Amino acid sequence: MPNLTKLGLMATAAGFLAASPALALDLEFYFPVAVGGAAADTIEALTSEYAAAHPELNISAIYAGSYNDASAKAITAAHGGNPPQISVLLSTDTYTLIDEDLIVPFDDYVTAEEAESWIGGFYPAFMLNGQSEGKTWGIPFQRSTPVMYWNKEAFAAAGLDPEHAPANWEELVSISQTLTTRDDNGNVTQWGLRIPSAGFPYWLFQGLAIPNGGILADATGTHTSFDDPAVIEAAQFLYDLANVHGVMAPGAIEWGATPKAFFEGETAIMWTTTGNLVNVTNNAPFDFGVAMLPANVSRGAPTGGGNFYLFKESSDAQKEAAVDFVQWITAPAQSARWTMATGYVAPRAETWELPAMQAYVQEVPGALVARDQLEFAKAELSTFQNSQITKIFNDALASVLAGQTDATTAMTEAQAKADAILADYR
Amino acid sequence: MNLSYDRILITLGAWLLAAMWFLPLAYAVWTAFHPAAYETRFELFAPLTLENFAKAWAQAPFARYFLNTTMLVVMILGAQIVLASFAAYAFAIYQFRGKGILFGLVLVQLMIMPDILLVENYTTMRQLGLVDTIFAIGLPYMGSAFAIFLLRQTFMTIPQELNEAAKIEGAGTLTVLWRVYVPLAKPTYLAFGLVSVSAHWNNFLWPLIITNSVETRPLTVGLSVFAATDSGVEWSVINAATLLTSAPLLLGFLLFQRQFVQSFMRAGIK
Amino acid sequence: MKRTTIHAWLMLLPAMTLLVAFTHYPAIKTIIASFWTTGRGRRESQFAGLDNYAKLLGDDVFWQVLGNNLIYAAITIPVSIALAISMALFVNKKLLGRSAVRMAYFTPTVLPLIAVANIWLFFYTPGFGLIDQIRGLFGLPEQNWMGSPSTALYTMMAVTIWKEAGFFMIFYLAALQAISPSLYEAAEIEGAPRWAVFRRITLPLLMPTTLFVSVNAVINAFRMIDHIFTMTGGGPNNASSLLLFYIYEVAFRQWNTAYAATLTVVMLVILAALAIGQFFFLDRKVHYK
Repeated sequence: MPNLTKLGLMATAAGFLAASPALALDLEFYFPVAVGGAAADTIEALTSEYAAAHPELNISAIYAGSYNDASAKAITAAHGGNPPQISVLLSTDTYTLIDEDLIVPFDDYVTAEEAESWIGGFYPAFMLNGQSEGKTWGIPFQRSTPVMYWNKEAFAAAGLDPEHAPANWEELVSISQTLTTRDDNGNVTQWGLRIPSAGFPYWLFQGLAIPNGGILADATGTHTSFDDPAVIEAAQFLYDLANVHGVMAPGAIEWGATPKAFFEGETAIMWTTTGNLVNVTNNAPFDFGVAMLPANVSRGAPTGGGNFYLFKESSDAQKEAAVDFVQWITAPAQSARWTMATGYVAPRAETWELPAMQAYVQEVPGALVARDQLEFAKAELSTFQNSQITKIFNDALASVLAGQTDATTAMTEAQAKADAILADYR
Repeated sequence: MNLSYDRILITLGAWLLAAMWFLPLAYAVWTAFHPAAYETRFELFAPLTLENFAKAWAQAPFARYFLNTTMLVVMILGAQIVLASFAAYAFAIYQFRGKGILFGLVLVQLMIMPDILLVENYTTMRQLGLVDTIFAIGLPYMGSAFAIFLLRQTFMTIPQELNEAAKIEGAGTLTVLWRVYVPLAKPTYLAFGLVSVSAHWNNFLWPLIITNSVETRPLTVGLSVFAATDSGVEWSVINAATLLTSAPLLLGFLLFQRQFVQSFMRAGIK
Repeated sequence: MKRTTIHAWLMLLPAMTLLVAFTHYPAIKTIIASFWTTGRGRRESQFAGLDNYAKLLGDDVFWQVLGNNLIYAAITIPVSIALAISMALFVNKKLLGRSAVRMAYFTPTVLPLIAVANIWLFFYTPGFGLIDQIRGLFGLPEQNWMGSPSTALYTMMAVTIWKEAGFFMIFYLAALQAISPSLYEAAEIEGAPRWAVFRRITLPLLMPTTLFVSVNAVINAFRMIDHIFTMTGGGPNNASSLLLFYIYEVAFRQWNTAYAATLTVVMLVILAALAIGQFFFLDRKVHYK
């Protein structure tokens, strides 16, 4: 008993083709939605609007789960000879997709003028992970940076200025210490700070490494610098936050439970993606603030989130249609709706000038923080064999946080392992 | 006196274990019927709501997932039982060339489940053009070494005389299998059926890899896609979805538990 | 003689075809693949000899997950079985609220692991999670069960035991019901202590069920990794990762199919050894009968 629906669809499609002279163009795209229901609804609504305006297209948006799930799905399908035409996948998947020879750059499907006005119109920080070998492989869409959310009521209760978020590492430590409260038994009732270190450990870690002057990988995707003293120092600092300063829970901290921990008053400050802004706005039972990550040597943050990729295995007509769709959905009107529904950062400056967006930032000033932070943002860890390299780094960081290995040894070993793998690509 | 003291201890132990085993379901019920703010607070008078169910239902096609899983489980069990009965009969009754080797091949699969070979099996499905079909989720499991082995053991305990008597009366092989062996092996079928249904109702990894679309996704994959935690876990909605999809089985067991347990016991699994 | 051979082969054909197609054929292909490099879009697969195996021997993560998996099996299998027997004994006799208790034991069977993993995630969450809320009542500090390498694997085991014991209980319950009451009556007349009755009568008569259950338990100890996806992702630093989870990571996240094949070969060897061992065990039991 093969899949009945599929057979049915095929039969319907066959009937359709026989009847209509023009061939409907299939356009399939996978998207991961990391932000609950509203986001998926928005993508689906946008897609069907586009489909209504383009009856010649047969476009379907497929919700493929988490970022990891969506990557696995898209690559598996491509290996199976059945790739989607476009996908939103992590911006860090670029080299993996290039290495697998699954994607083509957007440059070949836009005119020189479009390349200038369209590709050139995105915030440069968002293009860092999407450009390589002089080509543009990823178009920013579901993009974010990590930001710091703080509980104003908890600040006030601790006698701190509720309008002042920690601006640098010293303040981060001292303010968090003031915020950390203990009961009579010495048990912590409220932590000062929560930087999740399970889930995407490397990502938020870069929120410490970059302000400290450490960048985990270069722009060729073939060199990492895990053993850079600035990186080692950042790892040590993260360890110290829990184990020396005592302002953060020790051990690996769950990513998924972090917003809840914030709502529950388990922690007074949390670091997480700006993509959680709508979630926090709707669910935090207290007044909260959003700030850029604190500076050390300088300000800094990684970018994150998903880019559109154009898959190789499709006809030119499909690719052109796909590029047209991507141009449409990243255009200000659509991009603004997406940003307002999710909290992801609209990746083009012009979007922020729309009246609707102006009104939105009046209402949710936190939305501007991530955008303004872009000025200081750097590329996130992305290399060839990205998943393996990232795992090496994550494991090393976990062993530091667990106190199994000291930061210098762990990072030096991780660098050696990464070098062994990347040597092939140099 | 001593005896009743014992009884109390046993009852307490039984209830303690029951409470522990019931806890996850109890928590699911709590969160599903209360607003998200009460996910981690257990207050007696927390407001009740059905909104989580409405949300879950609106956000993902759970009815479709449920149907997919049901079709999948029925299809696998049906094929396993038919194919394994034939094979077990051949192994138990006939003497033939190559029997030892073939049985050895079966034994190997007793432990090596297709789950472990997912990479190669994916390639095979791709070559067969079956990727993203419900059939492809089930196909690797349809030849079940476990079923063959269990049934062979059972068939071997059935006296040959019954077989011969039936043959003398002019019954063909299939008739003998159907009229003599299958009824006598009912307990084995029941035990295997429970293992199989439970395994495939819960199976996650292989369906995750082989399915791409709503039309083929079973419940487990649907739930995991639904509950992706990149933005934070929403227990209330996830648990509402879990309850929605498990409710039919739970209610079924609740209503028919006496019959179910009794028939299972009457079958007397050994 | 010849006719029966044809008969036998015909009856075996469908099942054997599927078995070979989805177990033996892929197993052999896996073994072959383990001697090659992973082909990627831009580079061809090449013969690698024993390179993958050399890599395996030097791969800390492999040794760690292998060790984890052995501990995991060594603890979850006996504990699940012991609990299943206790549960079955509890609900076999008269008991206050017996059907409710039975229902409670049965719940894991109908709740998919992947879904309950989120619930367990809440139980273990430090601070506001259920376990810590209860510990808090006694003035105990919060504990990061899943986030600490020394306890992460055990948190996974608890979930597995919860899942398995309730399921196995059903088989034991059925077996207990099949034991003739006259045996117990005889023991009672002789005034045998309860523990002796259990050890001399009940336990031996449950042996066949234990074998049946243990086959399943062994398979599951290497196969059930669903909850790891949701709960720890194998972390921290692979402390809660198991062999199959690592294979999944290597194959479907890192796309290193050749190395995944090599890891799979190790799994095959372990399982084949267990299969052979268990067969001798089971077969002896058949003769016994």
